[in-house]
Amino acid sequence: MSSVRGNPLRDPQDQRLPRVAGPCSMVLFGVTGDLSRRKVMPAIYDLCNRGLLPPGFGLVGVARRDWAEQDFAQIVHDAVREHARTPFNEATWSRLCEGLRLVPGDLADAATYAELARVLADLDQVRGTNGNHAFYLSIPPGMFPVVVEHLKSSRLAEPSGDSWRRVVIEKPFGHDLASAQHLNHVVQEVFPSGSVFRIDHYLGKETVQNLLAVRFANAMFEPLWNANFIDNVQITMAEDIGIGGRAGYYDGIGAARDVIQNHLLQLLALVAMEEPLSFDADDVREEKQKALRAVRLPRDLGKHAVRGQYATGWQGGVPVRGYLEEDGIPPSSRTETFAALRLDLDTRRWAGVPFYLRTGKRLGRRVTEVAVIFKRAPHLPFERTAVQELGNNALVFRIQPDEGMTLRFGAKVPGTSSIQVRDVSMDFQYGDSFVDSSPEAYERLILDVLLGDPPLFPRHEEVELGWRILDPVLDFWSAKGAPEPYVSGGWGPHGQYAMIERDGRTWRRP
Amino acid sequence: MIRLEDTSGSDIAGAITAERHRMGSPTTGMVLTLLILADESCQSDATLAAIAAARLHPMRVLTLIPRPQDQQTRLDAEVSVGGDGGPGETAVIRLRGRLAEHANSVAVPLLLPDTPVVAFWPSDAPEVPGDDPIGRHAQRRITDAAAARDPAAALRRRAAGYQPGDTDLTWARLTPWRSLLATVFDAPVGRVTGGHVHAEAGDPSALLLAAWLRRRLKATLEIVPQDEPRNGSQVRRGATGVTGVTLQTRAGEIRVDRIDERTATLLRPGAPETSIALPSGALAELLAEELRRLDPDEAYGSALRGAVA
Repeated sequence: MSSVRGNPLRDPQDQRLPRVAGPCSMVLFGVTGDLSRRKVMPAIYDLCNRGLLPPGFGLVGVARRDWAEQDFAQIVHDAVREHARTPFNEATWSRLCEGLRLVPGDLADAATYAELARVLADLDQVRGTNGNHAFYLSIPPGMFPVVVEHLKSSRLAEPSGDSWRRVVIEKPFGHDLASAQHLNHVVQEVFPSGSVFRIDHYLGKETVQNLLAVRFANAMFEPLWNANFIDNVQITMAEDIGIGGRAGYYDGIGAARDVIQNHLLQLLALVAMEEPLSFDADDVREEKQKALRAVRLPRDLGKHAVRGQYATGWQGGVPVRGYLEEDGIPPSSRTETFAALRLDLDTRRWAGVPFYLRTGKRLGRRVTEVAVIFKRAPHLPFERTAVQELGNNALVFRIQPDEGMTLRFGAKVPGTSSIQVRDVSMDFQYGDSFVDSSPEAYERLILDVLLGDPPLFPRHEEVELGWRILDPVLDFWSAKGAPEPYVSGGWGPHGQYAMIERDGRTWRRP
Repeated sequence: MIRLEDTSGSDIAGAITAERHRMGSPTTGMVLTLLILADESCQSDATLAAIAAARLHPMRVLTLIPRPQDQQTRLDAEVSVGGDGGPGETAVIRLRGRLAEHANSVAVPLLLPDTPVVAFWPSDAPEVPGDDPIGRHAQRRITDAAAARDPAAALRRRAAGYQPGDTDLTWARLTPWRSLLATVFDAPVGRVTGGHVHAEAGDPSALLLAAWLRRRLKATLEIVPQDEPRNGSQVRRGATGVTGVTLQTRAGEIRVDRIDERTATLLRPGAPETSIALPSGALAELLAEELRRLDPDEAYGSALRGAVA
């Protein structure tokens, strides 16, 4: 950031000063939507409360015509009050309110954008936002082309002089390769690729950085990080909830598009990639892309791709409905709520090491983890009975909840007269970030947008590589009948066990 | 919590391990040992703040309370592990009678192996923290000049006894102020020709802030003492006494005024007045900030030298 370089008060030795965004505003399209209310606006408030927003920060909401300015303020107020992580404080709130503007109008109407341009020019004047504006599209992807096109024709997307314009889009980034390419084409027609921020809130910066730190800051893991020592890798994202009120979004999309395409493939890339030259955005991305490009699908998808759909059952002691009985789901729906897939990487490091990916709703409990399962010791100088209970060594990254690491290894059972070895788990938990000064994932993402700091935002190449991997699987499934039903509250359909046992392996119970 | 009476350092260490096992979590991810040297009046606040900070930096907290006034010479301790107190381990240790002079011998068997040690004096601190028997274990030594009866004198002593690795909470309390001012300078503002730091009389943070600004901006800055804190009732005890900063530039005046515990107003040339967040951190947050980095804080060192020059 050029402004920082000339700043006499910033000194590389002075490690305490947090990075604060320069003068700017954020324009929130779809401001009355669920995501905006639950996540985006509370995160902005928290940033403000922590003193990480610039003086004179502006927040502009674009919403349908029937909203009045006071209603808007009330909506933001209530959303923030309910969902912010830092304590609610009227002084902070009124400070944020000074920069709050509402632009009511139809997203397809040029007049809305003329009004938006007037409001932004006014903010530049009154609040000193210096022409720096981020457009956050918290709207259905179908609306992107309309909004982006209007931003272009109203010349709102064009920065002047030193100022910047950025656009933030949320997943899903398309529903297959063709739609993702189309979406990308639409956005990049107007915004250069360095100004496009794709938010994958699930993959918070903290998680990614933790993973990179464990892999590349230590001497003792990396030498084992290859096909000589690793037997297989299991990446699981399990949710205990059903689809809730998201029927409209979820039906027809399904678990593979919703989770595997972005989250699980990103995790795979981080585990499998080579060491980047540096942790700069471009260097990390380059290695992730190389890993994704090396991914090969199984030859017989019928044997190594499994999908399921949750049926009625009991979830942790509560009776729950099956997917087909959920409100708004047609009884004939073939949308999968569980997907498992074997992938291989064609590299020297990973030859013969399968990566098993699975995700599902209404499973036993909420957990996301990456389990690196090691090969068994080549020789065990014990009686066979002594090591009967010994499994494979494993290193498990817990992504959520309780972010941390588990190391599983064999140890002697205490006290028995003959030597007996069994598995023990050694657990490490990251400290949580409780204090004011450590922002949570969404806040960090928004702060990175305002700072113009893109390292961990996926670029369109990664998005497209994801679809390239997944499209053949989706095609294969669409030609098949209904997914296999599975009982809610367990660990998913039987097919997943047949799939992994075919390879002589078993799933770890997460 | 386990109460140990007439005990020893190694018995306390044993009790912590036993309690860990009893809880069923024999492994820990401790990153450091924090030694708190406190009297009865401030030990409880300091210990609670450390326990809160331990959620971010899992650590063993040892609060050592010298009680030379006690008749008996003996060691009493209260040990707690995990539970409501967060992931850390805590021992509050009372050194009665003549033992008050031998805190070090109690601490040695309780330091976690091969991890950093941090010492914290929440009120009175030794003349040279780095030469103190306890301070010598520590790579980071935290003091709080604002808690002394004469804070400005305390700050002078800190400067006289400074060794790399020392740090003072009066500096940590300034971070929001410094961050805000740095933000103002993210946009080019031109040369600063002079300025003022407004603060309660004798406020040690003001000395550090003025020294830092003088050095970084290469400008003359005066401290304007205020007898009456302008918004005394609203600024809580322990926050900085700094109430405002004005800086002269060719284009006009930059002016920041604290209006309450969380907010300040900012006036810049060519821009309307805006209000902006200026949080003042609680002790737990200040401690957590101090523990984030354990290498010497050179920015503090040079501000401290400037403050007493």
